[in-house]
Amino acid sequence: MATSTSTESSLLAMPKGVSLWRDAWLRLRKNKLAMFGLGFLLLVMVVCLLTPWIAPYGYEEQDLRLGAVSPSAAHWLGTDTFGRDLLTRILYGGRVSLLVGFVATAVALVIGVAYGAIAGYVGGKLDAVMMRFVDILYALPIMIFIILLMVVFGRNLLLLFLAIGAIEWLTMARIVRSQVQNLRDQEFVEAAMSLGLSPSAIVVKHLIPNALGPIIVYTTLTIPSVMLLEAFLSFLGLGIQPPESSWGLLISYGVETMEEYPWLLIFPGLALSLTLFSLNFLGDGLRDALDPKASRD
Amino acid sequence: MWRFIAVRTLQAIPVILTVITVTFFLVRAAPGGPFSSEKAVSDQVKAALEEQYRLDLPAYEQYFAYMVDLFRGDFGPSFNFPSRSVNELIFQGLPITLELGLYAMLIAVLIGVVAGVCAALKPNTLQDYIPMSLSMIGICMPSFLLGPVLVLVFGIWLDWVPISGWGNSAGDKLLPSITLGAMYAAYIARLSRSGMLEVLSQDYLRTARAKGLPEYIVIIKHALRGGLLPVVAYIGPAFAGLLSGSFVVETVFQIPGLGRFYVQAAFNRDYTMILGTTVFLASLIVVFNLLSDILSAWINPRLRYQFRK
Repeated sequence: MATSTSTESSLLAMPKGVSLWRDAWLRLRKNKLAMFGLGFLLLVMVVCLLTPWIAPYGYEEQDLRLGAVSPSAAHWLGTDTFGRDLLTRILYGGRVSLLVGFVATAVALVIGVAYGAIAGYVGGKLDAVMMRFVDILYALPIMIFIILLMVVFGRNLLLLFLAIGAIEWLTMARIVRSQVQNLRDQEFVEAAMSLGLSPSAIVVKHLIPNALGPIIVYTTLTIPSVMLLEAFLSFLGLGIQPPESSWGLLISYGVETMEEYPWLLIFPGLALSLTLFSLNFLGDGLRDALDPKASRD
Repeated sequence: MWRFIAVRTLQAIPVILTVITVTFFLVRAAPGGPFSSEKAVSDQVKAALEEQYRLDLPAYEQYFAYMVDLFRGDFGPSFNFPSRSVNELIFQGLPITLELGLYAMLIAVLIGVVAGVCAALKPNTLQDYIPMSLSMIGICMPSFLLGPVLVLVFGIWLDWVPISGWGNSAGDKLLPSITLGAMYAAYIARLSRSGMLEVLSQDYLRTARAKGLPEYIVIIKHALRGGLLPVVAYIGPAFAGLLSGSFVVETVFQIPGLGRFYVQAAFNRDYTMILGTTVFLASLIVVFNLLSDILSAWINPRLRYQFRK
């Protein structure tokens, strides 16, 4: 249903030369919150990429005589109890948080798309078995397992990526599967088959590109939930280890000393919340723009 | 309906079995024996300990023995508190966690439904924008941040409520419950808004109005029942989420609930305790999901059809 209407509307739009993507971009541009989110994210990403060159101090640079001072001209966001510059630590923390967000999402994306596409394209018994497996994983209390995993196998970043990525692919697999199922019976796929294209080429060249809209939307919404997970694990002391910094870790330090030095909690908290805010707004906006039918909740 | 319940219950069993098996072998795969960090003990003591915890048996025999114990409702002794069983510790923490979860759920449903319905009644006005923006804050502010911020503002700066504890002084249950419930209130607000918006455009509401019913009866009697279906379907998973999310709040506010035991056990490498709490929490969560599925199938008969072939 959804796909046939979108083909119709793109056919209708064709004389005016407005492609689906351009159309989506026009719609997205009207959404102020989504554009704010996009702008803020670009800013954060550029700043975090450039951190080693623009950070005012080193992230391990201590000034114990200074101790924790409130925001000032020398230290815009103040310093922590070791006299480390908070702005610098937030910037470096942002690098880690974003890195975890993007890499773990990429892991989830690859697994989810491959799994969903195979289940959807092959169908039948294989599909039923594969989807039952997803149902079982869905029912597992994932947080508990991740904590268990971090405790049992130690706290390394790579494992964190894999663990988070390995649980976030479930919804992606479901979305891709249903998209592929819908697309599989359409004429252009039959045409591709009759031209002798192999199944894998059909999936990669024809089916996945046509399912790209929902994939992009869901990817944008996965990043914040992954970042949240990382922040939470670091908060518990199971994620990123000091002297490295990440937003979750900075927040957990901030909590310990918030009575005397509230800025140590407030600024890292703002950094995390605003970034999550932006990602969610952008994701919602993209969903409205790319997939108007699915925007009900 | 009975068929639906039977099928869904049967489906829950492999999930719980998977949880037990995966957890069991994960914990066994952990590096370092449970007593390796302790002071040197004589071989006799070690052997006695190993026998007590059945570590002298091969892994698969341990597994089956554990399964048999579980079947009788026995989670075995705790590594760290040898005189106490995991059962005791679980049932000491459980009532507190359940109480916390219940309050949080009440707050979430109450605030969420009121905010969502208000927003849906006047879409795209301030009455819509304000609660919906607030709900976005609820979603983007994780509980480990919201909790401390609430403590800082209301506990320390304003000094209105106690900053930690559970049931020791008046009002100390308020902040933890709000912290835990906030995110779910936000989701419920969004769900009930979209659910109500969809129902409000239906013909049967026009009929209800056309036959002269006052607006509040139209809303309360006719629109709410359909519009809040997504919320009902969400309550089970939400309660499951509340239970597994409660350890953050329990850690932040120092509440001696199940979640705090779990985190402590994880840090102390109290393997039997980890195993016991994981299996227990996970089964609880699966059962709540099952109940919520049954509840939503009961309210919405269309969901039952997929099992009537």
